[in-house]
Amino acid sequence: MSASFDIAASAKSGETFVLNLGPQHPAAHGVLRVKMTMDGEYVMRSEPVIGYIHRMHEKMGENRSLAKFLPNTGRIDYLSALHYNHAFVGAVERAARIEVPPRAEFIRVITSELNRISSHLVWWGAFLLDLGGFTPLLYAFDDREKILDLLEGVTGSRLTYCYFRFGGVRDDLDEGFVERTRAFIAQMRPRLKMYRQLVTDNIILRKRLENIGPISPELCRRYGATGPVIRGSGVPYDVRKIEPYSVYSQLDFEVPVYPEGDCMGRYRVRMDEIAQSLRIIEQALDKLPDGPTLGKVPRVLKLPVGDVCYAVEAARGRLMVRIVSDGKEAAYRLKLRTPSFSNMSLFEEASRGMLLADALALMGSLDLVIPDIDR
Amino acid sequence: MSFLLTEPFRLLLSILCIVAFVGGNAAYLVLAERKGAGRFQNRPGPNEAGFGGWLQPIADVGKLISKQLMVPPEADQLLFRLAPLVVLTPAMMCLAVIPFGDTVVARNINVGLLMVFSFGSINVMAILLSGWASRNKFAIMSAARVVSQNVAYEIPMLLVVITLLMATGTMDLSEIVRQQAGGFWHWNFCRVWINPLMPVTFVIFFICMLAETNRAPFDMAEAESELVAGAFTEYGSMGFGVFFMAEYANIVLGCSLATVLFFGGWQTGLGAVPAAWGGWGVLVGLGFFMAKLYALIFTVIWVRWTFPRTQFYILLNLSWKILIPVSLFTLLLSSAMIKLLPR
Repeated sequence: MSASFDIAASAKSGETFVLNLGPQHPAAHGVLRVKMTMDGEYVMRSEPVIGYIHRMHEKMGENRSLAKFLPNTGRIDYLSALHYNHAFVGAVERAARIEVPPRAEFIRVITSELNRISSHLVWWGAFLLDLGGFTPLLYAFDDREKILDLLEGVTGSRLTYCYFRFGGVRDDLDEGFVERTRAFIAQMRPRLKMYRQLVTDNIILRKRLENIGPISPELCRRYGATGPVIRGSGVPYDVRKIEPYSVYSQLDFEVPVYPEGDCMGRYRVRMDEIAQSLRIIEQALDKLPDGPTLGKVPRVLKLPVGDVCYAVEAARGRLMVRIVSDGKEAAYRLKLRTPSFSNMSLFEEASRGMLLADALALMGSLDLVIPDIDR
Repeated sequence: MSFLLTEPFRLLLSILCIVAFVGGNAAYLVLAERKGAGRFQNRPGPNEAGFGGWLQPIADVGKLISKQLMVPPEADQLLFRLAPLVVLTPAMMCLAVIPFGDTVVARNINVGLLMVFSFGSINVMAILLSGWASRNKFAIMSAARVVSQNVAYEIPMLLVVITLLMATGTMDLSEIVRQQAGGFWHWNFCRVWINPLMPVTFVIFFICMLAETNRAPFDMAEAESELVAGAFTEYGSMGFGVFFMAEYANIVLGCSLATVLFFGGWQTGLGAVPAAWGGWGVLVGLGFFMAKLYALIFTVIWVRWTFPRTQFYILLNLSWKILIPVSLFTLLLSSAMIKLLPR
């Protein structure tokens, strides 16, 4: 049952109050502030206030050389840093026409997909925490820890990776990575089944998510929402399929789509994506070729004059990096099209007339990462 | 020595015991809860303070007491300070009539059950008071939720208790326990020949108890992801500590009541304790009571760390659309069976 509410009648009565959620509120991950005009428990209007963690990443990209900007990309969405590496590196490679060796491409896919799983696991735990279930968070972090260990061995860091390089990746896979990743996949599949039995099929969870916060495909398009949000609304939009990059076209995977558009739809999309990512990693490990991991790159990298875009499917949706170059070492303009910003924008319209707890479930299901919104 | 046997001294001793029992339970149930949560979540839980974490509650209480008691300048100065007292006192009062053993009861009165419910309902008022006095939007929303939640859940709980009263015919809690003497099939939980829905009534009672004590998955009052800490947002120091104590005192009370009403109180469930054991027999009974009590409390903790929180209207729908009709049906069935069947 979703509660209905007449906004017009309530606005006339004038009996409303403003509830200030955040920037330090337990439900707002990070420093998102939402000014909610409430009528009792009903949200009449919610106005996201952003900018509390703005760090001028785009401007930084314009006043330092491309290689020096690379570490910044790992700090925009700290939960799926490798995708951001990938988008930036890909844009530079496209502009400078740098060849990437096939082994490097496969390593990029494997590590990116591991990163996607870890990002979805954090979302899963944090979302359940929003819904008042504490235990899943610890289970998710337990599994994520294994991914972080794997990635630490390859990249040298655990959260804000800076692993991809123009023309390849920094280091080859470390010894035993392939075996350990296979072991992780074998371990993760039964865990997913357990997650389903413990949490997804739980009657309380289903009542809290089914038919709550429906988002229509039309609304998604209007605000440019992508990723699991639009796929949870029944649109099979996935950059990996629609504009295949790297070696995704050689790999066989499905794009999970749920037509309901409610919180449960988005929830199921992400849970299915974890399984699909495991599938991708397994195939990529099978196909992993030998060879160099870094192509030929000029010592001083200057992009030719021009305008180039490169999009990847980050954990939260379409991430696009646009570099406008005037032939100098630094970009003339660097634009980051981040998914969380668009996904957050629809919250105001979608949350209108919802109950507070449902609105927060909706916000959780959008999987917002605030540094990704503010950049 | 003779004054030791006098009634005033016994009452004084009982009061001390109850205060110590509530305090000790509050302190160590918090530890049990945190340790239990740790086990459910594949982590050790608090294990640094003292011997494997056993001094953690003392450290917590020390921290809470040493903090300054802040009263927001906008808040109602009197009510804000009064609310923690109003929430803890009734829970302690109720424990006075709970028979922990054959003779281990502070004051046995023949309307014990009525007293428990009349004092138990003050709890709502205290939380309402704290929410109102805080002058905080989150707190007021929480207070409004608590009132509608508690009103909704008190009805099925009382209906279930009336069903039980029809079976027992008395409000004297000690007498209710004595009726359940003998094997465990004499416990009210298993007495399906009085009412075939007896186990269902227990389930309703247990759900209502969870809702009345504001425990997860019905912790609407303290929904930390929506309302920060609900009615307790503005409380710090021991003010918060007392609310915490009251929560655990209410859990102990609710589970004791469930033990007395449904699981035969101090009865062993295996037959009577031999009269020759004398005082030791009472201790054995007390042990059985405590075992049942803590098994129920463990279930309460277990539920909290397994399920996510419900949404408010689901909670109210559960009460008005499912629990109340079912408990009304059990009440009708019970009365019909008592009237029609020979006793």
